[in-house]
Amino acid sequence: MPPHQPAVASITGVGETVYGRGPSAHSSLALQLQAGLAAVRDAGLQPGDIDGIVPSSVGSATAEDFIENFGIADLRFSATVPMGGASAVAGLQLAAAVVGAGICRHVLLVVGRDGRSGNIGARLSATPQFRTVAEFETPSGAFAPVELYAPMARRHMATYGTRSTDFAQIAVTMRQHALGNANAVMKTPITVADHQASRLVSDPFRLLDCSLESHGAAAVVVSARSTAGDLRQPQVHILATAEGHPDSPSTITQRADLLTLGIAKAADRAFAAAGLARSDIDVATIYDCFTYILLCQLEDLGFCAKGEGAAFVQAGHIALGGKLPVNPHGGLLSQAHMVGMNHIVELVRQLRGQAGQNQVQGARNGLVTGYGDLGDGAIALLQRG
Amino acid sequence: MQHSPSPDAQPYWDGLNTGQILVQRCNGCGALRHYPRPMCRHCHVFEHSWVPLSGHGTVHSWTSPQRSALPDLAGAGPFTVLTVDMAEGVRLLGALAAGQAPGRLAIGAAVQASTVLGATGVLQPVFRWV
Repeated sequence: MPPHQPAVASITGVGETVYGRGPSAHSSLALQLQAGLAAVRDAGLQPGDIDGIVPSSVGSATAEDFIENFGIADLRFSATVPMGGASAVAGLQLAAAVVGAGICRHVLLVVGRDGRSGNIGARLSATPQFRTVAEFETPSGAFAPVELYAPMARRHMATYGTRSTDFAQIAVTMRQHALGNANAVMKTPITVADHQASRLVSDPFRLLDCSLESHGAAAVVVSARSTAGDLRQPQVHILATAEGHPDSPSTITQRADLLTLGIAKAADRAFAAAGLARSDIDVATIYDCFTYILLCQLEDLGFCAKGEGAAFVQAGHIALGGKLPVNPHGGLLSQAHMVGMNHIVELVRQLRGQAGQNQVQGARNGLVTGYGDLGDGAIALLQRG
Repeated sequence: MQHSPSPDAQPYWDGLNTGQILVQRCNGCGALRHYPRPMCRHCHVFEHSWVPLSGHGTVHSWTSPQRSALPDLAGAGPFTVLTVDMAEGVRLLGALAAGQAPGRLAIGAAVQASTVLGATGVLQPVFRWV
């Protein structure tokens, strides 16, 4: 089926550093320059060819840092997307719009972290998006993301009979995938029993429901489609992008429906714009800050009905070899927490046929999501050229 | 903890100080809203009144953090944070009061709200079983 909207942008370069746990020997900026340079060279470009920069709202590097270090003579565009874990995929939408409008030819998106950023609750509390949580909820102890999201998971369990062992199946699958990825932080297999024995963090979430604290950086280059054919790599086109913001985005508490994410609003828009059906997706990289958030997105994206996420996971559909392989790289749960930029990198490698041991054979259409704090979700549908 | 009440919410904080949980009622359409904010999303009127809640509610969801990363709560051990549907149609978030049996936790369980000066040094809603 041809795209309903002409794809105006392509992802032409991807780059990552080696990921690790604990503090990095390098600064966050140095890591992001490494990943950015790797993405630029992967595309067959030179650093000075970059004329647009979308630095991560999480990573602390600025467009000015890239001008200084890359020697960019005439940067034409920079902006930051404040959507937490959705920022990378929402950044694809922004970058596609910018190259589609003819403002830039090659936009670099980058995120990185040095493992020294301290407590995530404290970092989030300082952002404008968390002003309402910080004023009204944190004084009662609702502070870290695990504490803010757990009531959604608890209610899903009570409403649909979803069990902790269903979350465990997601953690186990992500770990299995990570074992086939040399650049995954987690190296040892886990079982459902290991998940059930891991310490309770904030009921119902156990330690193995939570993503990793890690260091490293990841970057992608979004180019005008007209340039992609002249570059080094197999073409990967951005067919459609969409953001979805929840009702009551300032707090989860005040949402009428705790069980549907804002990304549900984006899903139909993205699939319609791409002219794709759910069954056309060969591989997906779905934001997995917590096991439950992945499960909920399977429902909200329309891969199964609301309430059937657990059965979908237990049927093995999200594992390599299943009908919707999810996060062959191991995800935030077992590869590294690069705020979802690593999900874009992995999907591009899958669609190029460069994903190594965990390659989904013949992958042509892919979906990537980001899920961010309170601003919620973004989707991109990519297709091999 | 460091806490900065917003000017838009000052009557809410003043209310907690006198043991009342006040929410905004739009002077345009009468809709209740919480958390406090400047404008009614239904009719876009800024003017509003503050009305007290009865305190009656039912549990919508909950979580029980085993330990908090907040310095004020670091040594407190496990506690429970409830999301509560109040009888008037707004939601509150607050802790289950000390000494309340966690075994009664269930969606739909009836609770009564009051106010307490918690370990974070900020007045907050708190809930007891009824």
